[in-house]
Amino acid sequence: MIVRSPATSPMGRLQAVWDDKRLRYPLVAVIFALMAIAPHVLGPYATVILTNALLYVVLCLGLNIVVGYAGLLDLGYAAFFAVGAYTIGIVHHVLGLDFWLTLPLAVLAAAAAGIIIGSPTLRLRSDYLAIVTLGFGEIVRLSARNLQITGGASGISGIEQPWLFGWHISSPLDFYYVFCVLAVFAVIASLRLADSRLGRAWLYVRHDEDAAEAMGIDRVKVKLAAYVTGAIFGAIGGAFFAVNLSAISPESFSFRQSVLVLMAVVLGGMGKIPGVILGAFIVILGPELLRDLGDMRLLVFAVGLLLIMLFRPSGIWPRSR
Amino acid sequence: MIWTILTQQLINGIVLGSFYALVALGYTMVFGVVKLLNFAHGELYMVGGFAGFLVLSVISGTVGMGWPAVAISMLLAMIGVGFLGVIIERVAYAPMLAAPRLSILITALAVSLVLQNGALALTRGQYVPFGAALGFGGLNLGPIFISNNQMILVGTAALLMVGLELFVSRTQYGRAMRAVSVDKDMCALMGINVNRVIAVTFFLGSGLAAAAGTMAGAYYGSLWYFMGFLIGLKAFTAAVIGGIGSIPGAMLGGLILGLLESFGTLVPGVGSAWKDVFSFSVLILVLVFKPTGLLGKSEQERM
Amino acid sequence: MALLELENITLRFAGNTVLDGVTFSVEARSIVSLIGPNGAGKTSLFNSITGFYKPQAGAISFDGLQTLRLKPHQVTAAGIARTFQNVRLFRDMTVLENVMSGMHCRTKAGAIGALLRLPSQRREEALIHETAAECLDFCGVLEDRSRIATTLAYGHQRRVEIARALATQPRLLLLDEPAAGLTAGEKEDLIALIGRIRDERGISVLLIEHDTGLVMRISERISVLDHGVLIAEGKPKEIQANPKVIEAYLGQDDGGELEL
Repeated sequence: MIVRSPATSPMGRLQAVWDDKRLRYPLVAVIFALMAIAPHVLGPYATVILTNALLYVVLCLGLNIVVGYAGLLDLGYAAFFAVGAYTIGIVHHVLGLDFWLTLPLAVLAAAAAGIIIGSPTLRLRSDYLAIVTLGFGEIVRLSARNLQITGGASGISGIEQPWLFGWHISSPLDFYYVFCVLAVFAVIASLRLADSRLGRAWLYVRHDEDAAEAMGIDRVKVKLAAYVTGAIFGAIGGAFFAVNLSAISPESFSFRQSVLVLMAVVLGGMGKIPGVILGAFIVILGPELLRDLGDMRLLVFAVGLLLIMLFRPSGIWPRSR
Repeated sequence: MIWTILTQQLINGIVLGSFYALVALGYTMVFGVVKLLNFAHGELYMVGGFAGFLVLSVISGTVGMGWPAVAISMLLAMIGVGFLGVIIERVAYAPMLAAPRLSILITALAVSLVLQNGALALTRGQYVPFGAALGFGGLNLGPIFISNNQMILVGTAALLMVGLELFVSRTQYGRAMRAVSVDKDMCALMGINVNRVIAVTFFLGSGLAAAAGTMAGAYYGSLWYFMGFLIGLKAFTAAVIGGIGSIPGAMLGGLILGLLESFGTLVPGVGSAWKDVFSFSVLILVLVFKPTGLLGKSEQERM
Repeated sequence: MALLELENITLRFAGNTVLDGVTFSVEARSIVSLIGPNGAGKTSLFNSITGFYKPQAGAISFDGLQTLRLKPHQVTAAGIARTFQNVRLFRDMTVLENVMSGMHCRTKAGAIGALLRLPSQRREEALIHETAAECLDFCGVLEDRSRIATTLAYGHQRRVEIARALATQPRLLLLDEPAAGLTAGEKEDLIALIGRIRDERGISVLLIEHDTGLVMRISERISVLDHGVLIAEGKPKEIQANPKVIEAYLGQDDGGELEL
């Protein structure tokens, strides 16, 4: 189903610019320039919000691989976010290792979690998978809240912020730039994965599992690859989140967090990278703009999600596949 | 001494299991006819609780706040939420049945979030006291105490379940429900009004969840916007244990889960902090090793 | 030893015996047809061969390999490819992407290769593109390669599905009612294509087909299935004259006629 906006509408014009290769690169250069100067123009408060949005870009691109490419409804994505963050926190407290040495451990931990959770459950039909992933998300959060090593309900604090070649990454501005880089890496990784044998396999399995199997594609292995890749994105986001705040607590890794990431992916447009980025910004900036609504903010998002599903399930950003 | 503890936990387990069973029934019935796990089902329990609370606050002036008032509130809540369930099905799910699976699952999630966050907005996230005055009387059997409330609760749940069972096995709609859950398209060809059967199923399932919600509000004394989330997962676990799609399975599963949780708190180290982790682990183990549950049927899918 | 050998295959579904003691074989480089009235179990036999159904009894061997317990993707990797009765191309994907799926089991680049764009990964991608294009060309639908698969005319979609199956580099190709819905001209092209698949690629073809004229023309051997039982097997002329076969077809209201 090709959902293209009319060529004269704003969305259609934006899409036309993106599709035209000669215009795309200048557009990207402009975006980079804007990202670089934004903190200086918008001030410290906005910088923090933008940093959160960029974190969400990383998380949403990760979940996009699981949900958007492979079509697996994961309602417990925050678990991987938690694994990344807590690995940094725990290893720092217990072993005092440098952040850059711990980061690979966080990635490995997330991959292991993905394999352990995914192997028995990815064979299940999609409804069951959704609830099982939800259950795992809760298990991870509750374990983080109950165990000693994770600091219990108050979590872990005093996480040391990293040094990179003499640059102490500690101020909000520093972390803003770090997350810019992470977001760019996440986009490049997503693009490369999408345009590859594995990326295509995800689409085949999502479109028609049985036909994919008939073509020689091991659907369980392919789904597991999506799940683990998504887990790694989440863990990297979590690791940098931990050092950014210097403290973590179980409440950041609840079902609400998983749902928010999912909402961003769906609202923006599952499977399409610009859509997912747009969704991330909507979900983070939206509550800021809707500040006055207080407790109603989440309700607004939920209603938005329902309306999108009923009337424009491909998301806000127009899809061409 | 140990027998006292065990028996007390047995009673707690049965009470808990009644709640789980009532909510699990809705899950399983809906899954039977539309092959969908209704994510929003847990929220209907929560809405049922609030609906009961609203009715009670209106009628308590005239009817008081004891069990009769709660019963009336419960019945009205069941009817109201029953209709809500039908509306949700018509507006949100029916258009999605032909779309890819992922879409309807996300839609169901969206409905549940709307209900949940709607309640959040209305209550500002606070616990709301239910406002029933149920008394503290009960039965003393030696060292064991069974409260009147517990007996009424279990009795009511049992009554509702018997009523449902009779409906499914004796009435035309009930037979139609069973037929639709076996082969929907064939039923349509045979002249059964499938849409109406689906509507009735949603009505009943939602009504049972609402009954459980009202009773929970009365029994535990307060309501919270988030209470549907947890019960939804637990009820799903119960339905899966018993065999999704099987009505006796949901009742059995509910009871088993209630007992498992109750006795589970006695295991040293588990305690109440880990109670939920315990239940979720059971869910995952059942789905991985015996996805058809105790009373469900094994099926090899025909392509 | 034949390329594909089925021995005593019995398949039951909830009390129904769909296949009953079917013994059957396909030689290398040959074209065999499987015919029979509707509901005889032909597609179920295909599903059993390709690993989607698991017969309760019997054995299947493909070039010496026991395939009964294998998963579908393993059967394909072993060299058996198929098309479906109702064309199952991947919706919303281009024709070329559809056919590229066949090369998945013949290549191995994973996430790391994709992320780092290793030379071996780039070579594989080129190979995948080339092979897919080549299969499309072989089936005469190369010019459609950038179109969304489901926008093609029905006859073209069928050929894309065959190209997709060919991309898996099979030695045995299972075609499930490939002529259904085709015009007379398209059927002629199909006959030629099936012949070329055997002659130019050395691939055996096993087809389920209701168009008995077509079946008579291209088959070297024909097997007839009725109510899950193999009632006859032999050369086309033998089958035409076989009284059991005639009865099986004439006994049905919906059976095709055996044209002479």
